[in-house]
Amino acid sequence: MNFNAYLNKETKAANLAVFRVLFGLMMFFSTLRFLSYGWVDKLYIQPKLFFSYYGFEWIRPLGVYTYALFIICLISSFLIAIGYKYRYSIIIFFLCFTYIELMDKTTYLNHYYFVSCLSFLMIFLPANGRFSLDAYLDNSINQEYIPKWNVDGIKVMLFIVYFYAGLAKLNSDWLVDAMPLKIWLPSNYDLPILGNLLQKEWVHYAFSWGGALYDLMIPFLLLYKPTRWFGFFLVVVFHLLTSILFPIGVFPFVMIVSALIFFDSSFHEKLIAKTSKLLKLKPLDNITAKQKTTSKIPLFIIGLFLLIQLLLPWRYLLYKNELFWTEEGYRFSWRVMLMEKAGYAQFKVVDKTSGKSFLINNNDFLTSFQEKQMSTQPDFILQYAHYLADHFSKNGKKDIAVYVESYVALNGRLSQPYVDPNVDLAKEKDSFAPKKWILSFNDEIKGL
Amino acid sequence: MLQNVSMKRTKVLGFIFLSLIVFACSTSDNGGGTSEVEDNFNRSAMLVNWADNIIIPAHNAFNIEVAAMVQASTVFTESPSEVNLQSLRSAWKNAYLAFQSVSMFEIGKAEELNFRNRLNVYPTDVQKIEENVASNTYNFSLPSNIAIQGFPAIDYMINGLAETDAEIVAYYNSDATTGYNGYLNKLTTTILELSTTVLNDWEGSYRNSFVAATSSSATGSVDKLVNDFLFYYEKSLRAGKIGIPAGVFSADPLPEKVEAFYSKEIGKDLLLAAITASKDFFNGKSFTSTTEGESLKSYLDFLNTIKNGDDLSALINNQFNVSKSKAEELLNDLALQVTTDNSKMTATYDELQRNVILLKVDMLQALSINVDFVDADGD
Repeated sequence: MNFNAYLNKETKAANLAVFRVLFGLMMFFSTLRFLSYGWVDKLYIQPKLFFSYYGFEWIRPLGVYTYALFIICLISSFLIAIGYKYRYSIIIFFLCFTYIELMDKTTYLNHYYFVSCLSFLMIFLPANGRFSLDAYLDNSINQEYIPKWNVDGIKVMLFIVYFYAGLAKLNSDWLVDAMPLKIWLPSNYDLPILGNLLQKEWVHYAFSWGGALYDLMIPFLLLYKPTRWFGFFLVVVFHLLTSILFPIGVFPFVMIVSALIFFDSSFHEKLIAKTSKLLKLKPLDNITAKQKTTSKIPLFIIGLFLLIQLLLPWRYLLYKNELFWTEEGYRFSWRVMLMEKAGYAQFKVVDKTSGKSFLINNNDFLTSFQEKQMSTQPDFILQYAHYLADHFSKNGKKDIAVYVESYVALNGRLSQPYVDPNVDLAKEKDSFAPKKWILSFNDEIKGL
Repeated sequence: MLQNVSMKRTKVLGFIFLSLIVFACSTSDNGGGTSEVEDNFNRSAMLVNWADNIIIPAHNAFNIEVAAMVQASTVFTESPSEVNLQSLRSAWKNAYLAFQSVSMFEIGKAEELNFRNRLNVYPTDVQKIEENVASNTYNFSLPSNIAIQGFPAIDYMINGLAETDAEIVAYYNSDATTGYNGYLNKLTTTILELSTTVLNDWEGSYRNSFVAATSSSATGSVDKLVNDFLFYYEKSLRAGKIGIPAGVFSADPLPEKVEAFYSKEIGKDLLLAAITASKDFFNGKSFTSTTEGESLKSYLDFLNTIKNGDDLSALINNQFNVSKSKAEELLNDLALQVTTDNSKMTATYDELQRNVILLKVDMLQALSINVDFVDADGD
């Protein structure tokens, strides 16, 4: 059977080893960056309440011990890079990093999710087979060849990220109106040379169409050998450009580094050889040729995981409302930089026994970052309404209703009322069911 | 070998691509030299208009009014009489009205000094004022003393000490209560000091650095002043002047929290002055004439020519007008308005609130300015 033949195919372990080292280093520096900016305190210690993911309400910041989580991330990512106790390091990193991301969905970013996905995959891959301290210390770990699907698994993951990001751009806002780039690009007026250009409408369209085309094509350009270098060149140009234009942190560099996995083993072998020489490391020449007894479990888990990845972004089709408006099924789908959404939510707390009511000053409970995210996303609005109801009911002694008057502007449209102001949100329960209290969107966005 | 050839080919392609980008950029840069003015909104001209035609003249006018108030308070405390009390009140009112045109510019020295709060935190802390007058020790620059100074404290000192003017004057004529004279003078001279410091800074080096900071980052003057303006409009104007006393943020109305509570006469005038000043700033209207320069309005209109969206600036101006006509229906004594017919207060609040949405959601989105810049990554 062809599939069995594929599973038995082998490739050099070098690709995965280089990927492991670079991934570890990227995570090390990005954690360091996060710490040095004081974001742990600002994002996870200062706020009074945290917005949980549905079903993960038990994951919360640990007060001052939240720093410990970051320190563990820092250490484990370093151990991943040098390949010491790799299996434990990657498991700890995955758990720790994912825990951090689940603490407050205010900070949700696709690239954090991407890191969680990658580190999950890597738990099941022998990425310490080469160029690692593990292999140096224990020759039985040393392996020159690994199953080809090990490397292909990561390629599929990258393929999904790019291609789905491209598919998500195939909508009328992006292609016909060049939104939201038409809003975002002109604000970079102070860039040398580009600044003037970014004011021009044709440039907004060029970036929109170019961006969509790039996302859809790049996995193929990287897979197909003759176009690989050109593809990689585009990867570098594209991600450097986005890092100049938008505040997206380390993501561009993670993607550039990740794309290296598409190159041939010879490239990675050379990279290892040169680095070894530079660091004056002795090459290991006694590589064992013996075939490892391969368990089917990793293959099964990775296969299932990638299948879920392929299907999950389509779950929005189960909701009939406009995806950009309600954001039902929006996250975890590689929808990157698709929307400019701004909102304003004015909450009213009503004491049902006395009939008295008052409005809430959001700054009393939320950081400005949380308020910004809350005012445009229904699940945040609901969670906050429940928080207010609990807060003002004084341990259930008072019967409290919470209403919100809210407005949202999407991709340059004039703001519209967002949540039904007559619905008592304290009575609404969060779930994956469509949220009936979101008012309908007075426009249509065509496309995927 | 084959691989090397294709590698070389794609590398060459890459370089061609890159040089095309560079070429495209540089040619348009050269050719765009003349069209730059019409193609791009001139933010630096907007900053110059704000500084030279609005902010500095407004601070200048304010400083003159405050100096007159200091003068009137010196006259009154040296020879307390009902006539001198009347002229002090009128000088206080003029200065308070002029303050409505500078209050929103909490940037630079004003931000550093906590200008708005030191001049206008109300309700004023009567008990603490009385204690300080009696003990004759106070330091206005302490953050804990924010509520015992500024215009609201003067309001109490010249309107709130007693029912009749004769009784008020008596406080300043009595040997037993000499502390009032000194306290009142200290209040007015402190405002003058603060006003002069801010004005001198604007007329000195700050103007140039303000105008030069044209960057689109959170530290650029446009981002900062727009955020300051919105904060002022939302918190000080909408909530402070109307929302809080009308009780929209509390279970019951709080009439004692109106601005100029003791005067009972000028609350509405201060509100109208503040709405007008906000609207004028939005339109870039010169402080001393009717000329309009580059402004948030013209910036929005420029961006709209790219976007072909709704005429946002017209909607905002219309909403300013509606708010103003609602405010004109109010009584001069806003506290009385709250206790007799609070619905007029809440109606005014609703109209002011509508512009919060247009300014904070729609305008900021169009200008691509972050609210209270959040220092975190996006995606």
